[in-house]
Amino acid sequence: MKEKIGKDYPIIESHEGGSIITTKLDDLLNWARSNSLWPLTFGTRCCAIEFMAVGASRHDFSRFGMEVARATPRQADMIVISGSINYKMAPVLKRLYDQMADPKYVMAMGACAISGGPFYYNSYSIVKGADHVIPVDVYIPGCPPRPEAFLFGLMQLQKKIRHERYFSAKKVKK
Amino acid sequence: MAEYKEVYLTSDEIKTDDYLVNMGPQHPSTHGVLRLLVKLEGEKVLNVQPHIGYIHSGIEKMTESLTYIQIPHLTDRMDYLAAHMNNEAVSLCVEKALQVEVPERAKYIRTIFDELQRIASHQLWWCAFGMDMGALTTFFYGLRDREDILDIFEETCGARLTLNYSIPGGVMFDIHPNFQRDVKAFIKKFRAKLPEYERLLTGNVIFRERTKGVGILSKEEAIAYGVTGPSGRASGFSCDIRKKQPYSAYPYVKFNEIMGTDGDTFTRYHLRILEMFESMDIIEQLIDNIPEGDYAVKMKGVTKLPEGEYYQRVETGRGEFGVYVISDGKKNPYRMKFRSPGFSNLFAINNIAKGWKIADLVAIMGTFDLVIPDIDR
Amino acid sequence: MTNDSLIQSISSLLPEAQIKMGFEYVEAFIPVDKLHDFMLQMKNNPEMAFDYLICLTGADFPDHLQVIYHLESTSHNHVIVIKVKTIGRENPSVDSVSDIWPTADPHENEAFDLLGIKFNNHPEPRRLFLDDTWGYPLRKDYQDDVHIVSR
Repeated sequence: MKEKIGKDYPIIESHEGGSIITTKLDDLLNWARSNSLWPLTFGTRCCAIEFMAVGASRHDFSRFGMEVARATPRQADMIVISGSINYKMAPVLKRLYDQMADPKYVMAMGACAISGGPFYYNSYSIVKGADHVIPVDVYIPGCPPRPEAFLFGLMQLQKKIRHERYFSAKKVKK
Repeated sequence: MAEYKEVYLTSDEIKTDDYLVNMGPQHPSTHGVLRLLVKLEGEKVLNVQPHIGYIHSGIEKMTESLTYIQIPHLTDRMDYLAAHMNNEAVSLCVEKALQVEVPERAKYIRTIFDELQRIASHQLWWCAFGMDMGALTTFFYGLRDREDILDIFEETCGARLTLNYSIPGGVMFDIHPNFQRDVKAFIKKFRAKLPEYERLLTGNVIFRERTKGVGILSKEEAIAYGVTGPSGRASGFSCDIRKKQPYSAYPYVKFNEIMGTDGDTFTRYHLRILEMFESMDIIEQLIDNIPEGDYAVKMKGVTKLPEGEYYQRVETGRGEFGVYVISDGKKNPYRMKFRSPGFSNLFAINNIAKGWKIADLVAIMGTFDLVIPDIDR
Repeated sequence: MTNDSLIQSISSLLPEAQIKMGFEYVEAFIPVDKLHDFMLQMKNNPEMAFDYLICLTGADFPDHLQVIYHLESTSHNHVIVIKVKTIGRENPSVDSVSDIWPTADPHENEAFDLLGIKFNNHPEPRRLFLDDTWGYPLRKDYQDDVHIVSR
């Protein structure tokens, strides 16, 4: 009897596509994670001011669960690189990223963080994109991006988190 | 069994070591990526050594390969809270060198934008300063009112923060038809809101205890360290470029240079609140009298400055901003230097913060209104 | 003091100074070895009383480097531009004025960082923006194929 149920109606053991319990567990985790993203207070240039504006009364990113800006990387889920990174700052950014607990996400906000932006040509000290230093999940273009653009980027990140799988990961066939 | 012996130490015999604390580069109260190496004895600050360069982007080198029309957009990214003033400084410098007379309309528009930008800058400073002191409400009050100014900017020039509105020869576009109506509506609204700011912080007993008499900068020190802007004026150093060397439409308006005498943290704080009232007075004098006519004179696409050296000073939200150009007659500057107010102000902090507690250091830094890309350039 | 009387009093103070009228302000070239004494006089002479150093910067020229001082007097409200040429470009050095105006301390460090001008008797010489291994980026012959993407 036991064997038969396990064979015809797979409940617990994972296989291609995932079983009911593991996929539901994933859904629950992803729902919780995507709706309580705590950012690190990290701002370098003008985008940091727009980041503050998104957090304030009119735009208010806590509607999307991104509420509590943490000052220490150990309590933060995500880092918003708001502004350019130069060669002196790059090791510091790497260290901040390493100090964050998994799972961690990175948003590159604005042209400077994406590619160096206005400082791409003829500047001797700007890193040409923050993704040379740490992996980036979502890129938000603009110089600086509008608050609406930031909120859209945030929703894209939430979408990405909702499709993550921890328990029902596909088995890699050797 | 070993015998225990009680040892009593008098307070003179207990010795403590000085220790060094790194504030930053990632620290919420440094307003960016400033690193302060603070030497402490207990909680007492013995020495503060600023380490900068974590956002240095080599703008001065970049200007040497750009034309004069292209340069203003880079200055936006230096002091982003006073973007329009920075644009205006470069524009005025180029106009002065070429001896171009800007239309009256452009002068009026520039001055109104200056003052709107100054209010927006002080509002944001007020939010951040309140947060440094532990009052989160200021953050929401200040940014709520700032959005109204950003809407006005957006309507006319399309950008919220990095305006790039003032160009050599005038302004980039004419003002929006609703501009005057919106500015008047904003002033009417903000005149009612600004006393709320005062009620929230200025009269607060805890706030006054933490700021009155803390971090005193004397007038002589302010001059010697080159501390300008509201921080310098709080010490009694008359350093307002709008009065000293008036530019744009400032000769046409009547306003007071607000001065303090005490030079402490509270004076530096309160002076900025009073400056917001003064800025609204300036705008009210100008907004109904914007003359008709062109908003810019036609300039050539490639502008060549005559050989020589030019220096232009303007007053930003933080102090005196200077543009120094050495031209060799080509389309690019030979050397361009930006004298940023924050750079001089920052290095006065060591002198002020010595002897105060580390919590006071945060308050003192807050009143200096530091914008780090402005310091690093 | 007006610009004309400034020119007169400086030429009487230091006859070697080459003085010319710039676009807006008086520009005076001072010999490099007389700089510190001259600056001390500029601050302490009650007729001049230049007590506020607005801006200190450097510039690179083909055969020398220049240090440029913008000075203002808060009591008389006059501005002057003082310039000094270094001897050669290999090992340029100028006397520090940070004991006269404390704000010169970071400004001189900046000029040292970006242009490689050494300031004698500076209390705390260090590079402000860049690491010790970098070259001097504001010099005209600065080359950096790794970091600079030029157009």
